[in-house]
Amino acid sequence: MAVRKEYIEDLEELKEKVLRMGELAKVAADNAIKALLQRDMELASKILKENSVIDDLEFEIENRCTRLIALQQPMAVDLRTIGTCMKIITDLDRISDLAGDIAEIVLQIADEPHVKPLIDIPRMSELSQGMISDCLNAFSEREIRMIEDFSERDNVIDALFDQVRRELMTIMIENPRGIRNASHLLFVALHLERIGDHACNIASRIIYMVTGEKRKLE
Amino acid sequence: MSTIETRELNVYYGDEKVHALKNVEIKIEKNKVTALIGPSGCGKTTFLRSLNRLNELLGATTKGKVIIDGKDIYDGKEDVIQLRKRVGMVFQHPNPFPMSIYDNVAYGPRIHGVKKKELNGLVEESLRKAALWDEVKDRMQEIALKFSGGQQQRLCIARALAVNPEIILFDEPCSALDPVSTAKIEALLRELKHEYTIVIVTHNMQQAARVSDFTAFFLMGELIEFGETKELFERPRDKRTEDYITGRFG
Repeated sequence: MAVRKEYIEDLEELKEKVLRMGELAKVAADNAIKALLQRDMELASKILKENSVIDDLEFEIENRCTRLIALQQPMAVDLRTIGTCMKIITDLDRISDLAGDIAEIVLQIADEPHVKPLIDIPRMSELSQGMISDCLNAFSEREIRMIEDFSERDNVIDALFDQVRRELMTIMIENPRGIRNASHLLFVALHLERIGDHACNIASRIIYMVTGEKRKLE
Repeated sequence: MSTIETRELNVYYGDEKVHALKNVEIKIEKNKVTALIGPSGCGKTTFLRSLNRLNELLGATTKGKVIIDGKDIYDGKEDVIQLRKRVGMVFQHPNPFPMSIYDNVAYGPRIHGVKKKELNGLVEESLRKAALWDEVKDRMQEIALKFSGGQQQRLCIARALAVNPEIILFDEPCSALDPVSTAKIEALLRELKHEYTIVIVTHNMQQAARVSDFTAFFLMGELIEFGETKELFERPRDKRTEDYITGRFG
């Protein structure tokens, strides 16, 4: 006989909601770079509109966590799971906010040519997307193999950011008329770098959820 | 003050047909609260009762060692009366004697020959330690059974303290009490551990988590896991412990 059936179902639902939120945040971040590359203002506006869905989910998940703690007194892996959910939704929300910030930049610069061909920015996006995907899989499968190397992967993103920053600064020095576009692109790169950091935070929490061990990835 | 250590402790009931405790080895630290948890019939109460040899009143056979203060209490030389004075016990249902508050607390010391002039001080001290003095100091001659369940349970604790034990065993002391009385007993346990070693059986895992420093998880007569409470409830090492504390048993 399975005991605490409802409780276990509630926990499963909680995990599904977190995965749904994660998927939305990931799609938003992906679309933000797509909109940038394709100068797609419609897609950028859509990201901003859908941001509120993610905000609502964050509140809903937080309420579910509080309710489970209050009513079910979870222990051990359940307690770690709920604690992890409460923490990582903040990072997921930040990722979607950063995607929104990139979308706003797209709306401002979509009608002008970029000061340089965009190569490293899509690369940063690809890497951070990979990290978010691996987080969501690790969370869903309770398997940490794919997220243990996040420190190294984040270092690659950081290095790309430095490269982009140097390049854009050179362009700004050489061509002051490009400053507007270049500074917007600099912020896009910074936001992608931050998304990588949030993925590391999420990965640390998932390692704790699965193993009980607190390991800082950065 | 005591430490308790058991070695290859086995307890059987009914002509050794029921093997209630299987090779239990544990070291209980002094001045700490140790909680025993596990499903009904797991052996936790049997273990508790083996610490003051109460099991033998129930026809149990005990093999192995229970070492208290470096001395095996099953070596045949132990004076059981003295042992139970050193290892006091508080039960699930408050069981005050049908006499006054004063006489309840004074009962043990009188038997052990405490002089009359010392009794008043001892009764007051015991009631104070049990956080009951302020509620009963003007009602010392009233019959104990008139008081609330929570007060009666604290009276039983005062009665146990009055014979100056080193270890106090609590067998689900709050299961018959309301939440406020429970909170009072829990606060009391945290106070008492500074002077006594406390072992508590509880069905309430949140209570174990709240009051104890160490927790032992029993299952079918075996000690499955023993460790610091904060570790055991956050990241148990054994899958069976995890299944039990997360409520997935059955």
